[in-house]
Amino acid sequence: MLDPKDRIFSNLHGQESWNLSQAQKRGDWDKTAQLIKKGHAWIIQEVKDSGLRGRGGAGFPTGLKWSFMPPVDDRPRYLVVNADESEPGTCKDRDILRHEPQKLIEGCLLSAFAISAHVGYIYVRGEFYREAERLQQAIDEAYAAGLLGKNAAGSGWDFDLYVHRGAGAYICGEETALLESLEGRKGQPRLKPPFPAVMGLWGYPTIINNVETIAVVPTILRRSGAWFAGIGKANNTGTKIFCISGHVNTPCNVEEAMGIPLKELIEKHAGGVRGGWDNLLAIIPGGSSVPLLPKEICETVTMDFDSLRSVQSGLGTAAVIVMDRSTDIVKAIARLSKFYMHESCGQCTPCREGTGWMWRVLERMAIGNAKISDIDDLLDVSRQIEGHTICALGDAAAWPVQGLIRHFRPEIERRITAYTQGNAHA
Amino acid sequence: MPKMIINNQEFEFEPGMTILQVAEQAGVEVPVFCYHPKLSIAGNCRMCLVEVEKSPKPVASCSMPAVEGMVVHTNTPSVEKARKGVLEFLLINHPLDCPICDQGGECDLQDITMQYGPSTSRFEENKRAVADKNFGPLIKTHMTRCIHCTRCVRFADEIAGVPELGGTGRGEHMEIGTYVEKAISSELSGNMVDICPVGALTSRPYAFKGRSWELTSTESIDVHDALGANIRVDSRTGEVMRILPIRNDAVNEEWLADKSRYSYDGLKRQRLDRPYLRNAKGQLEEVSWEKAFEATALKLKASKPEKIAALVGDLVDVESMFTLKKLFQGLKIPNYDCRLDGSSYPVSPAFKGDFTFNTGMLGIEEQADVCLIIGCALRTDAPLVNARLRKRYLSHGLQVAHVGVPFESTFPLDHLGDEASLLADILEGKHPFSKVLKKAKYPMIIIGNEALTRPDGGELHAMAKAIAAQYNMVREGWNGFNVLHSAASRMGGLLMGFIPENGALPTKDILAKAEKGELDVLYLLGADELPETCLEKPFVIYQGHHGEVGAMHADVIFPGAAYTEKDALYVNIEGRVQQANRAIFPPHEAKDDWKIIRALSDYVGAGLNFVNLSDVRAALSIENPSFSLLNISQPGPLSTVSKTLPKVGDQKFKPKALSYYMTNVIARHSVTMANCVRDLTGGVHD
Repeated sequence: MLDPKDRIFSNLHGQESWNLSQAQKRGDWDKTAQLIKKGHAWIIQEVKDSGLRGRGGAGFPTGLKWSFMPPVDDRPRYLVVNADESEPGTCKDRDILRHEPQKLIEGCLLSAFAISAHVGYIYVRGEFYREAERLQQAIDEAYAAGLLGKNAAGSGWDFDLYVHRGAGAYICGEETALLESLEGRKGQPRLKPPFPAVMGLWGYPTIINNVETIAVVPTILRRSGAWFAGIGKANNTGTKIFCISGHVNTPCNVEEAMGIPLKELIEKHAGGVRGGWDNLLAIIPGGSSVPLLPKEICETVTMDFDSLRSVQSGLGTAAVIVMDRSTDIVKAIARLSKFYMHESCGQCTPCREGTGWMWRVLERMAIGNAKISDIDDLLDVSRQIEGHTICALGDAAAWPVQGLIRHFRPEIERRITAYTQGNAHA
Repeated sequence: MPKMIINNQEFEFEPGMTILQVAEQAGVEVPVFCYHPKLSIAGNCRMCLVEVEKSPKPVASCSMPAVEGMVVHTNTPSVEKARKGVLEFLLINHPLDCPICDQGGECDLQDITMQYGPSTSRFEENKRAVADKNFGPLIKTHMTRCIHCTRCVRFADEIAGVPELGGTGRGEHMEIGTYVEKAISSELSGNMVDICPVGALTSRPYAFKGRSWELTSTESIDVHDALGANIRVDSRTGEVMRILPIRNDAVNEEWLADKSRYSYDGLKRQRLDRPYLRNAKGQLEEVSWEKAFEATALKLKASKPEKIAALVGDLVDVESMFTLKKLFQGLKIPNYDCRLDGSSYPVSPAFKGDFTFNTGMLGIEEQADVCLIIGCALRTDAPLVNARLRKRYLSHGLQVAHVGVPFESTFPLDHLGDEASLLADILEGKHPFSKVLKKAKYPMIIIGNEALTRPDGGELHAMAKAIAAQYNMVREGWNGFNVLHSAASRMGGLLMGFIPENGALPTKDILAKAEKGELDVLYLLGADELPETCLEKPFVIYQGHHGEVGAMHADVIFPGAAYTEKDALYVNIEGRVQQANRAIFPPHEAKDDWKIIRALSDYVGAGLNFVNLSDVRAALSIENPSFSLLNISQPGPLSTVSKTLPKVGDQKFKPKALSYYMTNVIARHSVTMANCVRDLTGGVHD
């Protein structure tokens, strides 16, 4: 369990005020200029040393991403922060925006300096109306205190930060769709390569990071990359905000060390599964897009990128969705499938056509109105979507279905048989 | 050159090529839907997925740059499976209505499914249906068939320059449309039908008219504007069913303007199909060819040569003009002019550059950096030239300025004004645009009909030449002086010298004399765009294919052949001699135009000794060898610029009287074109 003194987001639950003076008392903006004076390379190296992996879901090493920026030339460069948090089950960025906005803003300045950008955009999910308001107030406060703008925080670096509100599309959380949306076009993912680091916003080098990733940067720089790397497991370092929801006694957001056992996480912070651990049916460990895990695996698995991958799931956004035995698991996955159908941008074929197909089949399966062979067909359809699309939404739509079939095939078969026999008698 | 391996074979490629381009060059077939070589890369159909070694996922070959040492497989089981998957996805919501779909037989989805697709479907749910959209009189939509490749959207954005199309909705509810229902306001909209890989966009006039395999295709040349786009005339049982472009990157790329594509139904209406002679009662009466020739010969012989004149229209081919010129020369008749629009700037076939589009289409695309347009509504006068300028604008930021009647351009156009007097300022360096011209490396100037047909057209022409000289537009390795004609016949006529010489009468004077009754005989070869008052007094011989103004006032009518009905040469604005081929025969007794004149020559005792078309062409080539060089652009030398400053009148430029869709007899008799006027220009045609 995470030592309280290693906790980064000390106001995650909003016990104290979000405003600048309180945030400064908690340590934000402490000698930021001195951090900047240590130079671009130092910051990037510290972040690399910390082993920080992107907190948006894919877990790409942040320092490595930053080092993909081309050498500085006379073109503009941008930092974009992805606050389009829309993954079902995930609500960590929301609390950062509400309660720790100065951590994010300071992180923006430091990260932007690291990649030599003078302009940053924070793309906030459309539904986060109050959060965007709060963030804007926090930015205004920072400007008034001279922490942003010309010679930001007395560092000699000019940095402007803007909030841009989305219009409520899940796909705009995909980094290139976010850029399209930010540029004023329909939010549809771009083809990669070229990657945003080379050709991003308005065609210029751009780094896009998740809110949580950026918000932990100031603390890493203050307490050193080595400190961060010392928390958690090798290659899965640091602290992470877990969002625990579903059939637990006390759903919550909690900052914990990476690699904490899933069972411990739920028992310690969420008051345990409703009706006791034995009442557990399955857990989706990383937001709706990752395959679910049945109880047997949940007993032992630890919450980090690599160990969850080894059980054919993923850490994703670390949104733990707990489902007890009262859950209609097929119906639940069908609902997720409907979400992905609804949120598919419609640009490329497999996702546009396949997500609706999967949803329709799952809806039938939920009541058993299907053939046994439909299960394998569904699995095959999900495989035809996975990896064949422009962005990862195709994968995100396919994985929950694959997880369902992998672990609950007997349940689907049982329903189909029951339905067929019921109809035969009727 | 870097090398890569496709299917175990090594291929060289130019840096910057994509995997798909390398594969295409190597002859390895990769199926595609959304990829189109003339459009930006969308990468959304996912049909071109290939396996790249060391890449965990299959890769869209259309968008992935080829890299030295890359190892690609296009025929592995996983690629085949991915293709099958994509096709299955495309087909689950695509109606299987091929038997009643106009695209059937020439449908990419059909062909690719036959070759790569699964043989059955596993989809048991309901299919999606999408309400059809109204895209105007030219494009029929059947949006349920749409596979969302966005080729049409990209065409509208990039080539046509009218960003009116886009996708609304998300996921499987995404629909391609015009946001607010409206007809697509582009002169190039028909090309969307060509590039649509399925039957979502089909030709409205051609709807349910024929099947691709019933059609006989004839390669030919378009005459609706002066560019000479390469076309394919598809005919069935002696009827033109449709017209499509042929790819020729030096002329029309693979596009065709709407008037050229859709006015073919005008070829079937109001045709002159037998000779007529005006009888004693003043009525036109059907007669035999002999009688028509006899009456004509009688009149020609009875008139003094200087009281006879000939005018040729906009659609006339080179051979007919040449035969008529020979006939008139034989009869010592001096008065003939091919410039029906009344322009009278001095031209001489020796200085071909004076009336040619010297820069050429490739010159625009590859070099031009600044362009000054004088008196020319480029978008409607020559939609494909306009598309080239837009292409250059998109690729290299071509800077364009315009003096003339303002028009809605498809690229940023600096409208300097509509007073001709501006040109003197530009010439003398007083105008701000002079600085731009001065800095330009490859400046060009285009002078069009609005300028050349003015009474001071000659002065304006001289002014344009003076500007060209002043800003070094004509030099070794670059010729930036361009005349943009609007008639397909014009270049051929000027090049063969179908112009009054030694004091003979130009069009303007011929018409003035005809109106006053000082002319005995007026020979109209396909000339219709004339004031009717000029046709009342003289004996009018009308030779052509449509019964319109000329035929109405004619005393004798020789029914000729339209451009789809004869083998003939046309010279395009670049001086490119191109051959049109006969797709169908002219109706009833109508004949090839040169043959009619050849036959008439016997009756008037000026026997021309042409036996067949090659004789005409041989004689033509002897007079001007450039007619024997087919399919190459032939810019020419310019005459010297006079030292004295041309005196340009200060009146404003005037807009053209005719709408884009109504500029020639074929278009004026096309119902489709009339629909376009009604729906697209929002007015009644004049």
